[in-house]
Amino acid sequence: MSETARNIGLFGLVAALIVLTGVVQSWNTALVILNMGLVSAVMALGVNLQWGFAGLFNVGVMGFVALGGLAAVLVSMPPVGAAWAAGGGRVILGLLLGAGSIAAAIFAWRALSGRTRGVAVTAIILVGFFLYRAVFDPAVEAIESVDSASTGYLGGLGLPVIVAWPVGGLLAAGAAWIIGKIALGLRSDYLAIATLGIAEIIIAVLKNEDWLSRGVKNVIGLPRPVPYEVDLQQSDTFAERAMSLGLDPVTASGLWVKANYGILLAIVLLIVFVLAQLALASPWGRMMRAIRDNETAARAMGKDVTRRHLQVFILGSAVCGLAGAMMTTLDGQLTPSSYQPLRFTFLVWVMVIVGGSGSNLGAVLGGFLIWLLWVQVEPVGQALMSVIASPLPEGSALRDHLLASTAHIRLFTMGLVLLLVLRFSPRGLIPEK
Amino acid sequence: MDLINAFMVLMNFVIVPATAYAAQLSLGALGVTMIYGILRFSNFAHGDSMAFGAMATILFTWGLQALGVSLGPLPTALLALPLGIAVTAAFLLGTDRAVYRFYRAQKANPVILVIVSMGVMFIYNGITRLIIGPDDRNFDDGARFLFTVRDFKEWTGLEEGFGLRSSQAITLVVAIAAVMLLFWFLNRTRTGKSMRAFSDNEDLALLSGINPEYVVRVTWIIVAALATLAGVLYGLDKSFKPFTYFQLLLPIFAAAIVGGLGSPLGAIAGGFVIAFSEVTITYAWKRVLTYALPDEMAPDGLVQLLSTDYKFAVSFMILVVVLLFRPTGLFRGKSV
Repeated sequence: MSETARNIGLFGLVAALIVLTGVVQSWNTALVILNMGLVSAVMALGVNLQWGFAGLFNVGVMGFVALGGLAAVLVSMPPVGAAWAAGGGRVILGLLLGAGSIAAAIFAWRALSGRTRGVAVTAIILVGFFLYRAVFDPAVEAIESVDSASTGYLGGLGLPVIVAWPVGGLLAAGAAWIIGKIALGLRSDYLAIATLGIAEIIIAVLKNEDWLSRGVKNVIGLPRPVPYEVDLQQSDTFAERAMSLGLDPVTASGLWVKANYGILLAIVLLIVFVLAQLALASPWGRMMRAIRDNETAARAMGKDVTRRHLQVFILGSAVCGLAGAMMTTLDGQLTPSSYQPLRFTFLVWVMVIVGGSGSNLGAVLGGFLIWLLWVQVEPVGQALMSVIASPLPEGSALRDHLLASTAHIRLFTMGLVLLLVLRFSPRGLIPEK
Repeated sequence: MDLINAFMVLMNFVIVPATAYAAQLSLGALGVTMIYGILRFSNFAHGDSMAFGAMATILFTWGLQALGVSLGPLPTALLALPLGIAVTAAFLLGTDRAVYRFYRAQKANPVILVIVSMGVMFIYNGITRLIIGPDDRNFDDGARFLFTVRDFKEWTGLEEGFGLRSSQAITLVVAIAAVMLLFWFLNRTRTGKSMRAFSDNEDLALLSGINPEYVVRVTWIIVAALATLAGVLYGLDKSFKPFTYFQLLLPIFAAAIVGGLGSPLGAIAGGFVIAFSEVTITYAWKRVLTYALPDEMAPDGLVQLLSTDYKFAVSFMILVVVLLFRPTGLFRGKSV
């Protein structure tokens, strides 16, 4: 079987599975899976840039995705005027003071030497920290007390939510720059641990800085780039068209909204995919793979390995941030407590590795396939468990335990899939050429 | 100014809890550093190995409790520990046989092993939650306190005092015994010496006739013991919840790196650095300062540098400082 036929077959299989979901469960569910599959494919492309192109191990995908989600809130929500008046300026001043003292400390470290250096840097950091807290804390308190049940945060810029997608990428790129500066150029495991740490911290910030993102109170009702179901249902032309297709307007409006999202997401996926393919085929892509395969040789050829690593790490994280902003837009809400590392970091890794490290088409396929598996393992596991538990008497402790624990089968299955693919087909479903 | 009372508050809220936490982190970091030294990869599954070991011990504890066995004032879990360690050792050896050995034979890139360990982490996590569920489990059935704050105040007549929870005392005693045993093993026995030789220079060790598979097996058994101890002690001291063990991965790795990956002594030092920084930075110093400073200088606010929600940020900041200024760690670990 030729390679193209094989690839078409694999994508056909995924499409067939989604259609099957539509027939067996509902078309609504199928579209939901398809849309999240599109987002997952973009995330997988981002991780593939880092791992597949350059061999960088990023365990902080969740953090970059969450930054994208934050961008969606900061860009699209209407600003809360009262909160800005209460402490907006002071919060920004506080943050500037904090950033300024870090910059001053770095400057002092570079400019001075000997014992004065240590003393000066410590003094700058200490003074800067207390100054920052003195300005920042009261401002935060003032903002959070503004109507805390419905707002209690600064709000956003009130721009169209689509603008948030590139902004999400930029935020993630900024975080990636800091991490890359610190951890790249050292042993490969250090990047893994540093990214693991930054992801946890980003989530902690989202959960606790209520002035920024309302914390665990969540931000709901983000503006949409597509029409609302209610408006569609009230529009006569839409109802007529739905009737002519033999659908009732309520179902049709739900499907139409999801299809609109799907088209938007698919356009972004297509753009990212084409860019990634072009990058892979370009001299830059060849250089990246040369660095990945033999760093020493690449260095001997005069390539600045650390710089190139930093570059590709920032690019890949930006794509993850973009995907995060898309996902939050699709959900219509930012819920910091829903960011779980197993779901947002490790699942994306499974997508990339199963799809085929280094192959963009593979990453897209992995994104769809693994997402589908992730969603469907639970009902399938539920069915399997009830078969296993059926000989047990009704109400026995073991039976209840088995039925209650199907949710955890997901973790187990994903780990098993990852290990099996790594062992028996390490190049993945669509191998790199 | 009242320095004695200030010190008592400090003992009760900072020194004693931080020391117990440091001992738990050190045991975890020792496991990570042993794997790094012998098998040469960062084991992401270590947090979940701890959770598995703690779970095995909890199951045996429940079994013993059902049989009516009890250690009196000591928690029954101590009696179940050897059994838990044995099961965890068998489990880790099985994992090595089924998963890691293949990559070792291939001489795979360490990064591949790290990814594999991530897959193993998923599986361990799934198994632990399948068997015991994701909820909090409290399995400490011994006496709560060696002495309480009130006892201490009565003995000394001071305004403030400190208490010692039995889980904290047990943590310290067990951890010190385990570490002494480990260092005796590494420095005095033939197997321990061959492990150190293997860690220092694999090729030379192989030349001198050391059996690598034997060294690896012994390493996994020691790691299982350390992970189970760390997991059970942490569970006794706080409570057992599978997800917290995943979150412990960051401070544990930070401790191992701060000390220098591959250096056992460094792992212990790193554990103390991380634990004490975490506790002191997230502690609200108001009460201590109210006693320690003259009245007119007493603070108004809580004097808490960072809220406890950000305790992981502390390990992270220390990690960053070490990576920037001394990437090999305090004790000059391996730098590959």
